[in-house]
Formats: sequence, C-alpha cells, structure tokens
Amino acid sequence: MTEVLNFPPPPAADVRSLRADVRAFLRDALSGRRPRDRARTWTGFDAEFSRELGRRGWIGMTWPKRYGGHERSALERYVVLEEMLAAGAPVAAHWISDRQSGPLLLKFGTEAQRTAILPRIAAGECFFCIGMSEPDVGSDLAAVRTRAVPVEGGFRINGTKLWTTYGHRSHYMILFCRTGSQEERQAGTSQFLIDLATPGISVRPVTDLSGESHFNEVVFTDVFVPSSALIGRLGGGWDQVMGELAFERSGPERFLSSFVLLPELLRSLGPEASERARIAAGRLVAHLVTLRRMSRSVAGLLERGENPALQAAVVKDLGAVFEQELPEIVRGLTSTEADLAAADDLASTLAHLVLNAPSFSLRGGTREILRGIIARGLGLR
Amino acid sequence: MIEDLADRLFAEIAISGAPGWPPGGAGASESWGRLAELGLPLALVPEEAGGPGLDLVEALELVRAAGRHALALPLAETMLANHILAEAGLPVAPGAATILCGGPQDQVSLRRAGSGWTLAGRAFRVPWASVAETLVVVAPGEAGPCVARLEAGAFTVEPGRNLAGEPRDAVLFDTELRAEQVRPAGRAGGPDVVRRRGAALRSLALAGALERVLALTVAYAGERSQFGKPIGRFQAVQQSLAEMAGHVAAGAAAAGGAAEAFAGADLLPIAAAKVRTGEAAGRAAAIAHQVHGAIGFTQEHILHRFTGRLWSWRDEFGDEAEWSLALGTQAVEAGPDGLWPLVTAA
Ligand SMILES: Cc1cc2nc3c(=O)[nH]c(=O)nc-3n(C[C@H](O)[C@H](O)[C@H](O)COP(=O)(O)OP(=O)(O)OC[C@H]3O[C@@H](n4cnc5c(N)ncnc54)[C@H](O)[C@@H]3O)c2cc1C
Repeated sequence: MTEVLNFPPPPAADVRSLRADVRAFLRDALSGRRPRDRARTWTGFDAEFSRELGRRGWIGMTWPKRYGGHERSALERYVVLEEMLAAGAPVAAHWISDRQSGPLLLKFGTEAQRTAILPRIAAGECFFCIGMSEPDVGSDLAAVRTRAVPVEGGFRINGTKLWTTYGHRSHYMILFCRTGSQEERQAGTSQFLIDLATPGISVRPVTDLSGESHFNEVVFTDVFVPSSALIGRLGGGWDQVMGELAFERSGPERFLSSFVLLPELLRSLGPEASERARIAAGRLVAHLVTLRRMSRSVAGLLERGENPALQAAVVKDLGAVFEQELPEIVRGLTSTEADLAAADDLASTLAHLVLNAPSFSLRGGTREILRGIIARGLGLR
Repeated sequence: MIEDLADRLFAEIAISGAPGWPPGGAGASESWGRLAELGLPLALVPEEAGGPGLDLVEALELVRAAGRHALALPLAETMLANHILAEAGLPVAPGAATILCGGPQDQVSLRRAGSGWTLAGRAFRVPWASVAETLVVVAPGEAGPCVARLEAGAFTVEPGRNLAGEPRDAVLFDTELRAEQVRPAGRAGGPDVVRRRGAALRSLALAGALERVLALTVAYAGERSQFGKPIGRFQAVQQSLAEMAGHVAAGAAAAGGAAEAFAGADLLPIAAAKVRTGEAAGRAAAIAHQVHGAIGFTQEHILHRFTGRLWSWRDEFGDEAEWSLALGTQAVEAGPDGLWPLVTAA
C-alpha cells in the first residue's frame, strides 16, 4: 500500500542549459506551426524532424555510447521529452523506438540486434511500432492469438495485429505473440523483432474519429522470420512485455497530450481574464504542477534502477483524467464551438482534442485496467 | 528520524484516547508536555535561536505525521508561530502558541505610541487561540511588516470550532506593547507570506490525514464481508479505492513540493499543493464514507476524526478557490508564452 504513495522528491539536477538549448531549437524549428498541429505532438509524424533530433543527440539519450547513445541521465532525457511535448513538436516517428523498443532491445536483445538497430534508432532513422493488441485481444493481452510456429531455421507467423500506431510508416515491429499453447496464457508467449518489409505482411490503415490514419491493422500470412529475430527467451514474452509497458506508461506524454490547449486558453482569455476563468485556469496549473512532480519522481525511480510500474499506473490514470477534462473546461470558459476547419486556433485545437480525448484513457492500458493494477498495489486483489 | 519518533509518540497519544485540547480535556497538557520535552514545538527554529536546527523539509514531516494521527494539539501552529518569532528575532514561545490566518476579514492595525506600540484588531477562525499562551500577530507597518508577540491576557477570545471540533476562535485585541515586543518581520514576511506558510502546513497535514483515510478504508474493505466475501473483492469497490489512492498519492506529492517551498514561501508550489490536497480531501472523504457504509457515519467510528479534519483543513489558510485564483492570476500574467516556463520553474 505504501508503494502506491511512494513518490520520492524528484532528483535535483541543473538542467537549465540543456532546457535553454532545447527551447531555442524548438522556437525556430516550430515557428509558424499552428496550435492545432502542435496538439498532435507525440502523435504527429515527421521523419525529417526526428532525424534532426537524432543529429542533436536527443534520441537514445541514456543509452551506452557503443550503441549510438549519449549516456545522459534519465532526468536530462526527461527535460527533452517534456519540452518537446509542451511545444507540440511532431515526435511520433521516433517516440516508440526511443521510449520502449530501444530499451527493450537494450535489455533483452542479442548483441547482433543491438548493434544493428540501436545506433539507427538514436540517429532518428529507424522507427518502431508496437504489436500487442489484436481484434479479439485488448485488455486481456495474455489471450494473444497471433502465433509463431518453429520451422527450419526460424519461425512461421500467422495472425492479425490491430491498432498498430504508425505501422504503415515504421521499419520494425516488436511483435508479442504465442509460441506455446493457448491454455498456457502468459507462459506460452514470446517477442520477435519483425522487419516490416518481410514478405507476407500487409498493413491497412484504420481511420480514427477525427478522420486521421495513424493506427493500422497488420496481417501476418505465413511470414517467415529467422531464429535470430527472437527477442530474449522463447516463452519469456510476458515478463518482457510487462517491462515494456512500464516504459510505455511512465512518461510525461501521459499528462501533456492536451497541454497546448492551456496556452491557447490564456491567449483567448487575455490579460483581463475574469475571476472565474482565473480560478479554473489556476486549478489546472495546480494539477499540472503536481502531475509533473509525480512524473519526474517516477523518472528518478527508473534512474535508480527501481521498478515503478505501480507509480507509473497512478500517474497515467491521473494524467488521463487531466488531459480529458482540459478541453471540457476550456469549452466552459470560452464558449468556443469546436471546429476542425476553423481559422480560429482555439476552435480547431479544441476540436482536435475533443475528438482525440476518448483515446487518452484507452491507449497504453485502459482506466479500468490501470485502476485494477492500483487496487492490486493496495493489496485488494 | 524525527518523523518515525513523532509517528510513535502521536500514535500513543491518539490511542490513549486523550482528545487533547480544550484545556481540562483529560491528558491534554500531559500530552503537550511530552511534545515539548522533545522540543517539537521548536522544530522550525534555527539553532542560534534556541531550536534544534533541523532541516526544514525534514522538520515539516512532523506536520504530516500529526495529520496521520489526527493529533488534537496545536503543534503545527506553535511550530509556525515560533518560526516567525525566531525569524523576526523575538524570543520563542514558552508554551502553545498560534498565529492569525490572514483571512480577508481580519483587521490589524499597528501604530507607534511613544516608545512602544499600539496594536488593535480582530481576527477570525484563529486556530487554537483559546488555549494559546502566545499569539503572534504579523501586521503591515509603515516601514514594512512587523511581528508582534502577545501574551495571553492581551487578547480576548470568542470560541468557535471547526468540523473536527478543533478550536477556531475569533480574537479581539487592543493593547499597548513595549518596544521589544514588536520587531520588523524580516524573513518572516508580511501577512501574505504567513498565509502561504500556513497553507503549506495545512497541505502537509491534509496529506497525512489522506494517507490515514486511505489506510483505514483499505483495511475496512478487507475486513467487512457482504455476499460472502470481503467488500474489497468487488471490482466496483476496488475501482473507487484506486481512484482514491490516486488522489492521496497526488496530495502527498504536492505536499512534498510545499515543504520544499516553505523556506522561500514560493507561491507556485504552495498554492498548487493547497489546491491539490484540498481537492483530494473532498474526493477521498466521499469515497471513504461510501466504502465504510453506515458505521463510518457515526462518532463511534474513528473515521470521522480524519474526514472532519479533511473537510476543515481544506478551507483553512485559503481554500482551493483562493489559491487557484492566485495561480490563475500568475498564469494570466505570464501569458501564453510564459506559462510553460512558469510551470517548469516550480
Ligand atoms: C489511439 C490508440 C493507439 C493505440 N496504439 C496501439 C499500438 O500501437 N499497439 C497496440 O498493440 N495497441 C494499441 N492500441 C490498443 C490499446 O492498447 C487497446 O485499445 C487497449 O489495450 C484496450 O483494448 P480494447 O480497445 O480492445 O478494449 P477492451 O479490452 O475490449 O475494453 C473495452 C472496455 O472494457 C473494459 N474492460 C476490459 N477488461 C476489463 C476488466 N477486466 N475489468 C473492468 N473493465 C474491463 C475496458 O477498461 C474498456 O473500458 C491503441 C489504442 C488507441 C486508442
């Protein structure tokens, strides 16, 4: 129970000059970018932007130099991430590989996989997608059905992955699939490094609520992969994927998805903002300051080699509540009609977020699943 | 660590059933004596002023611990009063002490009178004034804020109580003070700074009480059975408790920020903490009572000692609206481009 409340003070470090560098870069790089586009932030794909970040050493920041990393601290990495998100930089292309695929390979990958892939990720040239969910497998990930069967020299894979974010623009997928029997559940699963150019893989984009296509259906039909594509241990997929999810849930993107709306709100309120509006905006700032402290605390725990999966679930759950209520509160204060096509920045940004907000408590683990994890942390299950 | 020591002592005091104050309440002065023996009322006083010279952030954990045990003694108030006295170079209080909260209806006027001073005013909802031997008044003065030190007898008290039964009294004073009873506030700051520091203390106390309410409720959900199993096994109850845990964790983290900001009385972290702990208090109390059922809705059950304090402390030294307004005003002044730098400076 005390673990749920264990958010030690974030480590103190002087990150001012790094922060100033990142801000100066973003000011130039994003000038003229409209708030509605900034609102996409870590779902906005821009391969050239990612390559530029790679050149600046802002991807794979904490990894060993021999794999193309920069051996910076977790807190320095955190500064770069939060500055990118707050500015609404289009970081989707490399986000997943930097956040979870790279760290997974670093921990469980073979030396050949690491040397072949990690330097390219750090250079901002190699993009990954997550192959966990399937048509019949959402929250209950242990029911995964896509199957890899051992054959001469490797495995043959059949099945369908769904909601695969940027599967259509990625080079690789980390595939989570079955290698044992269905009844074994967790124990019969493994992870593979899949080159998406392999014959037999077809990718079909799915359109989301706002009319955009970022996630996909990825169908595997008799796809052959060599034995060297296995990540970690055969049958060890479950523990590995749980570790991957801890990375996936712990970052500042879990409470900053709607952030760009807050400065737009201030712009619209102007210096003469009413008392009611100030109170509402001030309350949001209080939540933001608190979430940021908690999230930096989690980054500190990760840096110390602890496993803050539980605390990450707490921050993600609270973060989604914040991200989802922000557009609702802005509506109430400004009487803006949400309109994707509006010339008005507030109206179009609001529209984008109203249409995307439902996903905030679904992707990366639903609200109910996260609260189940927290309840387990409280000793209730 | 001082926090563990305090935790044990406060638990003993709470278990002995001593309601603490008001005076005459069995065991109150004996309990206070035990705190005083350990020097706890001086925890925020530097060594050169006769205190233990503790790190402030560590010393403030006492307030969280007091909240965790619903300690019915004016420890936080005396700690703050002594902190202000020491910062202003006045002698610390010999016994229980308190300060004005600096609410919008308080009126204080301090004027020179010969070689001394005249201090007059009225203040409301002053915590524990009816038992305090020393009242610390921070007043705006002609050349900056001053701190005045009043002894019992120099002020009159009209008793009141908060929802947890703690004294929250109206105080009236109109008195002549000798020159040495008033000093420039210095680092103690003006009434607004005292209110900030008071808000930081209440955030910590709220965080402590929140922790306990969560622990009590989780424990109860494991003990109480209906439909043949502990109610904590029902997913609906689990989801509520998980929601509550999120609020409690957020409150705890925010209060940690307020403790770090206490020394500098920085607005942003303290205001954020008071807003966040206050909001957590309302939500957590509601869920705690829902899970406890009817037994929690009685004075027989211990829960009310904590929820009563949650409901009162969130109002004291500025409620969520007051501190949200302060934050919102800062945000509006920072403007769209200054907001993020403001947030990351905290
Ligand atoms: C924008 C977006 C991007 C995504 N990107 C990816 C990706 O790149 N790769 C990938 O693999 N997946 C991705 N996902 C899928 C995501 O991980 C799933 O949506 C999520 O795990 C939930 O699964 P589901 O949608 O099938 O819902 P279901 O699991 O069917 O759940 C439906 C509802 O039932 C509730 N529920 C389910 N089980 C329980 C239970 N035991 N107790 C209480 N309530 C329960 C859920 O909380 C939810 O409210 C993405 C999803 C979105 C929305």
